[in-house]
Amino acid sequence: MSSTAITEPSGPRPKHLTVGRIGLYAFLVIAALFFLIPLYVMIVTSLKPMDEIRLGNLFALPMAPSLDAWFKAWSSACTGLNCNGIHVGMLNSIKILVPSVILSISVGAVTGYALSFWRPKGANILFGVLLLGAFIPYQVFLYPLVRMLSMVSLYNSIPGVVFVHAIFGLPLMTLLFRNFYAGIPIDLFKAARVDGGGFWAIFLQLMLPLSTPIIVVAAILQITGIWNDFLFGLIFAGRENFPMTVQLNNVVNSSFGEKEYNVNMAATILTAIVPLVVYFVSGRWFVRGIAAGAVKG
Amino acid sequence: MKPRFLRFWMAQLALAPAWLIVIFAYIGTIIWTIQISFTNSKVFPVSNYVGFTQYSRLFASERWIISVQNLAIFGVLFIAGCLVLGFLLAVFLDQKIRAESVFRTIFLYPYALSFIVTGLVWQWTLNPTLGVQQTMRNWGWESFTFDWLSRGDRAIYVIALAGMWQASGLVMAILLAGLRGVDGELWKAAKVDGIPTWRVYVHIVIPILAPMFATATVLLATAVVKVYDLVVALTNGGPGISTEVPAKFVIEYLFQRQNLGLATAASTVMLITVLCVLAPWLYVQYFRTPRSAS
Repeated sequence: MSSTAITEPSGPRPKHLTVGRIGLYAFLVIAALFFLIPLYVMIVTSLKPMDEIRLGNLFALPMAPSLDAWFKAWSSACTGLNCNGIHVGMLNSIKILVPSVILSISVGAVTGYALSFWRPKGANILFGVLLLGAFIPYQVFLYPLVRMLSMVSLYNSIPGVVFVHAIFGLPLMTLLFRNFYAGIPIDLFKAARVDGGGFWAIFLQLMLPLSTPIIVVAAILQITGIWNDFLFGLIFAGRENFPMTVQLNNVVNSSFGEKEYNVNMAATILTAIVPLVVYFVSGRWFVRGIAAGAVKG
Repeated sequence: MKPRFLRFWMAQLALAPAWLIVIFAYIGTIIWTIQISFTNSKVFPVSNYVGFTQYSRLFASERWIISVQNLAIFGVLFIAGCLVLGFLLAVFLDQKIRAESVFRTIFLYPYALSFIVTGLVWQWTLNPTLGVQQTMRNWGWESFTFDWLSRGDRAIYVIALAGMWQASGLVMAILLAGLRGVDGELWKAAKVDGIPTWRVYVHIVIPILAPMFATATVLLATAVVKVYDLVVALTNGGPGISTEVPAKFVIEYLFQRQNLGLATAASTVMLITVLCVLAPWLYVQYFRTPRSAS
């Protein structure tokens, strides 16, 4: 499926509009509105002062647009007694994201390579259990993992949550790389073996340079997935290191006194920006990631 | 040539991290969790075995029953909704339309957002006092009422709606790739024979797309069982306990209510349910046809 990436339709465009085609476009436009309205509401709300929001005109454009709510969300929004703004969470998210992405992709690439070309004893069992692991609800693993990580003093720390991301990213990463390497002719590998290439030489000099497309796909999946994570950040990172999603939820859902919807929405957009940028920049690659993750082995 | 185990020792070494993760983080934790579920552990795990007591307590708990019912309602609506909407979007996008990539981008962008963001946006949009309801009334529709978020019997439907908003684009992307793989000759032949387009879709195209539907369903079903952050952000289980879900039940009993025995019993039930659903699909998907290149 990854090879049949979505392509634009070919052939001449239909010449005239019929009733059917008007209906077709009407459906698409209404569907597009359904998907866009929350984004629109988020943006206009974040630009309104509170007394304008209290009028209850959700869809109205701001009469006096201002970025005050954005500055407040960034530098002084409160979670409980801490009023340092959402940028604290963003820094934490970055500190969690970068090592997690590198670690999970590296382990996944090596595992996929070993499973695909070397297939040592037990490889099938390993792959089978890994696959199952991708579908099992995290709730089953959580408590023992908390105990294991506190035994090695990694609980409530950034390395701890990075480790957890690597653990639960492994099935998808392995699957991606294993499937990608399955598409590389085995004769290429055999030739390299005959030339005396060892495990790491073949991986680093032959396979890795061929792997750029799948590394891009893996990076897109992991960046959006880890940035959007809530559960692991909440449980394993510790109060000091809460990622942005956790902090955002704390800002919005547990604030005392009057709710500042404009600040909440500004903070929400700030949290959404990283995956949105990845999505818009990566374009087709994002879709390829979905297809690659869904393809059968 | 060296014997197999010597030639492959480096490959085995390279697989060591994966083996360690599988043995300790997956299998080990599962066994540990199941073991705790047979004890009466509260704050700390103890080895005082009480058989299936935690399980009978679990199913006597109103909160758990509501959680399971909500999961069923959410699961059915979310999966069916995403499949139908995603299929329609894919089919309509496949009609050689203008600005296709713009529409595609719009339909898929929510999938890049987290469930936390999704939940918070919908919580605000459907806010009973300042959201869509009030806006409609301000526009002159005085009797307009959409207060599902504050109604215990309706809030779960809002969660399903927000989920559909987030994930329909995923189904669209998967099915659109499938539609593009359908042979163009099929449409010419159907046209020659005068078969109406909708019949071609129902009787020929949908069966061709069956594997893509299956894949999409499995991806969505995995999301259903894991659903936690969407509920936390959108309703936090409320009003009351009307939108609790199993994943949230487990987290709360593990980390806030300090009842390890009950929480692990609940997660074991989740595990067994998932395995029962998954086993046949995984078997068909990955193990029935052995890989040719070896």
